[in-house]
Amino acid sequence: MTNGTHTTAIVAEGLAKSFDEVEAVRDVSFDVGTGEIFGFLGPNGAGKSTTIKMFCTLTRPTAGRAMVAGFDVVFERDEVRRYIGLIFQEQTLDAYLSAKENLRLHAELYGVERRLVEPRMRQVLEMVGLWERRDLRVGTFSGGMRRKLEIARGLMHSPRVLFLDEPTIGLDPQTRRSIWDYIKRLRETEDITIFMTTHYMDEAEICDRIAIMDRGDIVALDTPSSLKASVGADRVTIDTEDDPAAIAALSERFEIEAHIAEGALTFAVPGGETFVPRLFGELGVPIQSVSVSRPTLDDVFLSYTGTTIRSAEETQAKPARGMFTQGGARPRL
Amino acid sequence: MSSSAETTATAGQPLDARGGAPVEIIRVHVPARSWRSELRAIKIVWRRELIRFLSDRLRIAITLIQPLLFLFILGSGLQQLSSASTHGMDLKTFIYPGVLCLSVMFTALFSAASIVWDREFGFLREMMVAPVKRSSILLGKCLGGATVASCQGAILLALAWAVGIPYSATLVLGVFALQLILAFSITAFGLMVATRIKQMQSFMGLMQIVVLTMFFISGAMFPVTTLPGWLAFLNRADPLTYAVDPMRQLVFGQLDISAATQRDLNPGVSWGGWRVPALLEAGIVLAIGLVMLAIAIWEFSTTE
Repeated sequence: MTNGTHTTAIVAEGLAKSFDEVEAVRDVSFDVGTGEIFGFLGPNGAGKSTTIKMFCTLTRPTAGRAMVAGFDVVFERDEVRRYIGLIFQEQTLDAYLSAKENLRLHAELYGVERRLVEPRMRQVLEMVGLWERRDLRVGTFSGGMRRKLEIARGLMHSPRVLFLDEPTIGLDPQTRRSIWDYIKRLRETEDITIFMTTHYMDEAEICDRIAIMDRGDIVALDTPSSLKASVGADRVTIDTEDDPAAIAALSERFEIEAHIAEGALTFAVPGGETFVPRLFGELGVPIQSVSVSRPTLDDVFLSYTGTTIRSAEETQAKPARGMFTQGGARPRL
Repeated sequence: MSSSAETTATAGQPLDARGGAPVEIIRVHVPARSWRSELRAIKIVWRRELIRFLSDRLRIAITLIQPLLFLFILGSGLQQLSSASTHGMDLKTFIYPGVLCLSVMFTALFSAASIVWDREFGFLREMMVAPVKRSSILLGKCLGGATVASCQGAILLALAWAVGIPYSATLVLGVFALQLILAFSITAFGLMVATRIKQMQSFMGLMQIVVLTMFFISGAMFPVTTLPGWLAFLNRADPLTYAVDPMRQLVFGQLDISAATQRDLNPGVSWGGWRVPALLEAGIVLAIGLVMLAIAIWEFSTTE
């Protein structure tokens, strides 16, 4: 049992899974350190859920191997299950039972020491702010409260690795924020590794590291800030009195290619803040307004997968984004 | 809704490491799998069935209506036609054992159906990823269904006086034991079907047809001595026959009736002239249930 404590939380080596002819996950290798918050992003159908399922022993890999909490997901399935907590994308609560009964059921299934069941139950319920509602039927809970209860339940047995599959999907922004507060605080209180998938790019910012998956491969893996730096340039948007003249001047004097996007002139440039003063001095076309934006994780995502996490038409509406796809070699892992 | 949950979270927040006294985190250890942890799992799954059953009063009421309809409406109505052939015995008394079986079957079906619900509402997953054997979960379900159904059946035992059957310890214990066995087997049957059929409507539709067919063939509503050959064959092949017959023998054992009436109305089940003993009949029902449970466990372990 000691070998589970100080090892790397997750190790994947050449992990692959195919269903008949389709390769859902191909040759994926990476590590997640103990205590990390690790984000797993990718478009729908990229293979995220299949990968999570393999880590959680719900699906057997067709090739490669994976260790979770120090145990092999195929050969030590029961051990893995003892040390992981799972929060699924879909509801898995019993709506006919009370909050407490749901937790108790979990504790009994996991064989939590009897004398610790009550205090631990109180602790996790207080953490998500549901202690006062412990005796209410889950059927009366709102979507956000159910999600919080599921997180509390996932923590009931003090897992070493917590898997969260789209934990905030379908929730309002306020609830989403409070759920992330709990998750962040978890690290201070629980000594736990968190592996999560999300569709909301702003949420991925809290991760220590992010892996982006596309078509069964991991196409990028780094800290959020390095990933943003890797897609390069800042984006500058300006309003001028004469856009065609400004485009010509930009390409002549600064060798920058600019586009009109959504009625404004947009271009990419490294170190946007220091570039703007020069722009005022040297452009020669009056400028009415300027805005500089740093690459977001959305841009990172777009750059590595060729699609925004939202919709295809939004991508088409911003042709300026196309430039990111050429920028730099993709770090292959 | 969530905002009030928020306030409670910040107000009574013992876990906040940044404010106030440090709070000790309760570390829980999940033990390695053992027969004791399996027992705990079986017990909690069983208990969940009971909690859910007791909290659903409407369901208890609804499943009681059906046997009452059979017993008092159908029984009283057909009495007009049958009084000549029942040696003057009340038809309600005759069909009472069969109605007991029917009620148990339907309640057990509802219990088995809960696994289809569980799958639809995701809860099945919560149980399936726990570090326990799937057989423990299914066994817990099956025992839960059996307990719930036989409790429901026990309520019907209270009706025995209304159809002229005197009580005795043998009657109450015997009927209860038989109900338990029957309910266990029917739940196992339901679980086995539920591994294949994942939609509630199809599941309930199919199960109702199966249960009613078994019920009609079993001789719950008629004596099985002088049946036409094809029906006699079906009757002996119907597992429910072996639950109805011992149930009827128990009930008729309480009655003070002539040997001729016993012979005509409670002939017992025979295989080619050999009278099958009641204990063997109960054993057959139990064995079929165990086989079906084993199939269900095997299916769940390989498919989910």
